Amino acid sequence: MIGAPDVVALARQEEEAADGGGDGAWREPPLPEEYSVPLAPLGGHGANPWWRAGGRKFLRDFILVAEFSEQVGPQPLLTVPGDAKVPGSFDLNYFSLRIMSVDYQASFVGHPPGCAYPKLNFVEDSKVVLGDSKEGAFAYVHHLTLYDLEARGFVRPFCMAYISADEHKIMQQFQELSAEFSKASECLKTGNRKAFASELEKKLRDLEYTRSVLHNETEIQKKANDKGYYTTQAIEKANELASVEKSIIEHQDLLKQIRSYPYRKLKDSEFHPYEPECAPEQGSDRDLAAPELAEEGEAIPCSHLPSYTPKLIKAKSAKCFDKKLKTLEELCDIYFFTQTLDQLHQIERTFRGDVCYLLTNQISRALLKQQSITNFLFEDASFLDEKNPEKQYRGCQELGQDAVDGKCPEESPAPKVVISLGSYKSSVECVPIKMEQDIDDPPEAAMTESVTFEPQENLDYLDADLKGSISSGESIEVLGTEKSASGLPKSESQASLPISPSPQVGRSKVGSRRTVSEDSIEVLSTCPSEALIPEDFKASYPSAINEEPYADEEGGGLRFAPRFSPAEEREDGPDPANPPRVDSACCIGKESPRFLEPLPGLAHKLCDEDGVVRIPPQPSRQAEQGPEGVPGGLLPHELEPRSPTGGGEPSRSSLDECSDSTSYISSAASTCSDRTPSPARPPCPASERHKKKAGQNALRFIRQYPFAHPAIYSLLSGRTLVVLGEDEAMVRKLVTALSIFVPSCGAHAKPVKHWGTAPLHVVDFQKWKLIGLQRTASPAGVNVLHALSRYSRYVSILDADSKTLRCPLYKGALVARLADHRTQIKRGSTYYMHVQSLLTQLCSKAFLFAFCHHLHLPVAEREPEEALASRRLNFLKHHLGLANEDLKIVQYLAELLKLQYIQEPGRGGNPLLRFDYVPSFLYKI
Amino acid sequence: MLRWLIGGGREPQGLAEKSSVQTIGEEQIQNPYTELLVLKGHQDIVRFLVQIDDCRFASAGDDGIIFLWNAQTGEKLFELHGHTQKITAIAPFSSSDASEEKSNLILTASADKTVIVWDCTTDRQVQKVSCFHSTVKCLTVLQRLDVWLSGGSDLCVWNRKLDLLCKTSHLTDAGISTLVELPKNCVAAAVGKELIIFRLIASSDKSEGWNILEVKRLVDHHDNILSLVSVNDLTFVTGSHVGELIVWDAIDWTMQASECNFWDSSVHPDSQTEIKLSQSPNETSVQHLTCDEECVFAAVGKGIYVYNLQMKRVIACQRTAHDSSVLHIEKLPNRQLISCSEDGSVRIWELREKQQVPAEPVPTGFFNMWGFGRANKQANQAAKKTQENTTMHFLELVGDLIGHSSAVQMFLYFGELGLVTCSADHLIILWKDGERESRLRSLTLFQKLAQNGDLQLKF
Repeated sequence: MIGAPDVVALARQEEEAADGGGDGAWREPPLPEEYSVPLAPLGGHGANPWWRAGGRKFLRDFILVAEFSEQVGPQPLLTVPGDAKVPGSFDLNYFSLRIMSVDYQASFVGHPPGCAYPKLNFVEDSKVVLGDSKEGAFAYVHHLTLYDLEARGFVRPFCMAYISADEHKIMQQFQELSAEFSKASECLKTGNRKAFASELEKKLRDLEYTRSVLHNETEIQKKANDKGYYTTQAIEKANELASVEKSIIEHQDLLKQIRSYPYRKLKDSEFHPYEPECAPEQGSDRDLAAPELAEEGEAIPCSHLPSYTPKLIKAKSAKCFDKKLKTLEELCDIYFFTQTLDQLHQIERTFRGDVCYLLTNQISRALLKQQSITNFLFEDASFLDEKNPEKQYRGCQELGQDAVDGKCPEESPAPKVVISLGSYKSSVECVPIKMEQDIDDPPEAAMTESVTFEPQENLDYLDADLKGSISSGESIEVLGTEKSASGLPKSESQASLPISPSPQVGRSKVGSRRTVSEDSIEVLSTCPSEALIPEDFKASYPSAINEEPYADEEGGGLRFAPRFSPAEEREDGPDPANPPRVDSACCIGKESPRFLEPLPGLAHKLCDEDGVVRIPPQPSRQAEQGPEGVPGGLLPHELEPRSPTGGGEPSRSSLDECSDSTSYISSAASTCSDRTPSPARPPCPASERHKKKAGQNALRFIRQYPFAHPAIYSLLSGRTLVVLGEDEAMVRKLVTALSIFVPSCGAHAKPVKHWGTAPLHVVDFQKWKLIGLQRTASPAGVNVLHALSRYSRYVSILDADSKTLRCPLYKGALVARLADHRTQIKRGSTYYMHVQSLLTQLCSKAFLFAFCHHLHLPVAEREPEEALASRRLNFLKHHLGLANEDLKIVQYLAELLKLQYIQEPGRGGNPLLRFDYVPSFLYKI
Repeated sequence: MLRWLIGGGREPQGLAEKSSVQTIGEEQIQNPYTELLVLKGHQDIVRFLVQIDDCRFASAGDDGIIFLWNAQTGEKLFELHGHTQKITAIAPFSSSDASEEKSNLILTASADKTVIVWDCTTDRQVQKVSCFHSTVKCLTVLQRLDVWLSGGSDLCVWNRKLDLLCKTSHLTDAGISTLVELPKNCVAAAVGKELIIFRLIASSDKSEGWNILEVKRLVDHHDNILSLVSVNDLTFVTGSHVGELIVWDAIDWTMQASECNFWDSSVHPDSQTEIKLSQSPNETSVQHLTCDEECVFAAVGKGIYVYNLQMKRVIACQRTAHDSSVLHIEKLPNRQLISCSEDGSVRIWELREKQQVPAEPVPTGFFNMWGFGRANKQANQAAKKTQENTTMHFLELVGDLIGHSSAVQMFLYFGELGLVTCSADHLIILWKDGERESRLRSLTLFQKLAQNGDLQLKF
């Protein structure tokens, strides 16, 4: 049953879909969830609809890892964060059942027809979005398959789900979620392959041993009876021996398959789970990467499994229920398991908070990324840190492409956000069609298909197959036969969650509660995954490994649509004659996706997914593959504090932030951004808070000090400002306030020294642009003052005790806009943003000034330097509209830009100290 | 300033209101040096700077390490290790022959009684001479003869291959403090109070052999000769610790003129006694001499004096140009004079024709306030009167460079590239014309843009 609120929601979306057909692809971001009507009927929490958890049973978004156990059916394994409060009363078992029932991975392992040995499928993960209106939960679900020798078909289906009450969030962040979860999944799978290989090795040794034992026995028997016929016992033995031999061959084949998993692929991908820090793993890694060694059987395992002694086993492994299944941790090696957990924590933290907030953040980040030349000046160093790894990554992935299209992807991300919203809409459209896709296509989708499917008759069979395998009804059917159990006591599962992810529960078969499932599960979107490709098609590949292209959406269809491949083969290598891919990306921004159908490449891309559902949303994906940019998404300093058990840590910090901001709530509850507890994309979660604090302090500073303008001018023009005072806290506060105006000199941290006691030196002015300095009456203090007066030409001095300022005169207009003491802005973060936007404007002026050819190079031959100088001045005054001292600000920023640009990448470059011989004045309150 | 910093009431009562030192405000229009680069590397006092070619220089000091720097970028090119004790002398030795490819050598002498020849194009040590009986205190290269001299307790003559050609007998234990080349294959060596003239004579038997012969001893100075400079082929000038300046004929080594009382040469006897009381001999010693065609510039104590060779008198002076001893002065082509001092500052002066000179050409600015704890009102009056009484010329302060926190030992003027100063605070500072640097950076920027192909539009 679709509840009334759901209908409303759907109707609204459809309405928008209908009238948003033109180029109005931009939609208002959805209301923050606090203000939207809860989707589910109000629960037992009371009649107050504004109560935060009114519509959902969980406190905030979380990640659920679940398994489809062959013994007990779907069961939740762990949640991130591990705090039991977060899922709250949310029924994890029930939801596990839901999400495991829509596995499109269809990972088929076993004996494919026409093949003698069991084949391992290195299937791509599948990614779906589903909603459960009853629970008020929406989830991005990432299915993956791990290998387990003891499991049925050698596979263990798992899934990771990002569960949120906000459907929009899931849809809009689909790309990001998908990318991040893929990393986590890749990590798990890498560890699993390793573990699986070593398990196979052990098994092989067991088998070899068994064979030799059996062989000996047979020989003995042969010798024992020299009659002409065999006893039944002997025949049995011979049969057993034969089956052991067969088993050996099978296992060897499996080992070969798992070992020949192309590691190069892994290197290309953004995730590098192997870190040199763990030596033992390197050993086995090398071992894995050397398949030829694997052929020799027993010799190798001795090297790294010295303690293992082979034991006699039965030829037919009994697939019985009394066997304990391996835990997730055992399945994929403790190192990789913790890595994955870290990644999941990272994801949880990244996507914490309201979707508006996430989106705004992404948009502004995407925009900032475009300003690759100027953004180092006033942006956080943390943000800039991310740039490099990302570039490396892109460098690997699109080697050739980069050469061709250069900066283009970097320039398109902002428009991309627009598409994402547009495409989101289209993906919602297909919600009603997912069950009876063939019959009930809405006109638009039908049209799309008619246009786009035409050119590919050869794909028809595939298409049919796709449709066949897709209906969720079918997968639920499969579930139905399973009679899975969910008697997992919540407390137990959560207590043991992060450490031992697979708590063994009784195998009592309780009737599952899947009676509601048909109604409440709405498959909103899915990605075409490898699983959609018919199995026999795969099997016909000559290679033993059905390794699928390690790619995202486009990659899937690519192999079967060679005609279109040039336009799509992004991952498959450089294609010099291939600008359309990027061109289309650029175009999308300007028009709605609907207008793009004539473009063959993109049309194909769309239709490829139309077979299943529409394209998933892809907000600003292009520009920020991997929002954290760091391989594996794990920043080293983040790895530190969080052990696998440290799930509570991040949540605590967020609460802290919450409490920090509560003081503002009363004053102005209108802005939601402040209250959002999320330090979205937080390489350092404190930065958001720092911004707020700095903004607040700055606001106070400009209101309190009438000479704020010349002080800020000093900072902007590169003159070191020394804040002198006896009270450290006060000085620090002032330094924090003023630090938002300090331009960085390079891609490092801001040149701000919060507190110092030693006499200053000329080197300090070179290095620091804002210094907090202690004033003491001691002789040492006098030395400090001596040094200060000696170098007074390089510094402006703000005396925090006597509230005086000594610095050059400022008569410009820029700073007045930046720091208006009568400003209506009340909140720190708002003011911070205000400053940031004005500084960005300033940066663009500096950029223009620094990079205008005719301002720095003579236009005519033999043009005198004076003419150039006057042209520069003219440009600054009339084109950029600067007056008086504002010129110096822009000149200084331009100088920083130049320095940054011409700096050799390897060397840090000598920091310069630029100064002017200008008189200083004393300002008093 | 300091008073303001310290805050009212806390200031000691005896704080000097004004110092005698002429000061310039923070507004220095004529000062071109608006950018600086601090070069770090030395671990002890940096005493010597020597120019190698158009854009490189070497620095050496008490840590025994020689650094080679790029004067444009401030990049450290080489670090030459070889001496175990402090460097006492350094001299560039560029090849004289046009036929030979340009090789830049530098000679360094150290307190470890060795001289090392370094190749500046690599960081190679060409050769090391360690047969000295005492520390070599001065090195002079005679380009004409392609030999070099080392002066310690004796004077040795070496050729390019580091063969010892000849040496004098042991002169004194104190040794030769400075050497200067004179015409006719002569050199003047300052040994304590004496000035000894040596002549190099080509030996008859060998083609490349030289003999050294003491020609004359001049004993006119009353105290140690500290500075020695050759003005032109006809004259050279010496200065001593007690403030004697003697102009010599370079051909026949006779005294042409002498100026011995720098501190009372001016005509104002009323203040003289007071000054004499306050001045120790150290403050009248001739620390350094430099010259151009017509004038000799002497750093005497804290002051700078301009001695005209034609007029044979001091034509301009700045009695207290710095707060403490002036260590090095140099005349620039554009009538400017740069001086550096133990007080850690570098000052740029301009020698101007006197018109109607006001008593204080530059208003006392900010810096006069931090003459801390020095009572010298009288000196200030003296300075004023000096200015009024100089006849034709005066030295005007056009700029000062503050950066070092300790004595500035020496500086090197690199023309357009800027000015290099070295100091006892272990630092070398490269002072540059900010405008010029900015232009250069723009040029580099556009070159790099063109290289990267970023100038083309990408749409």
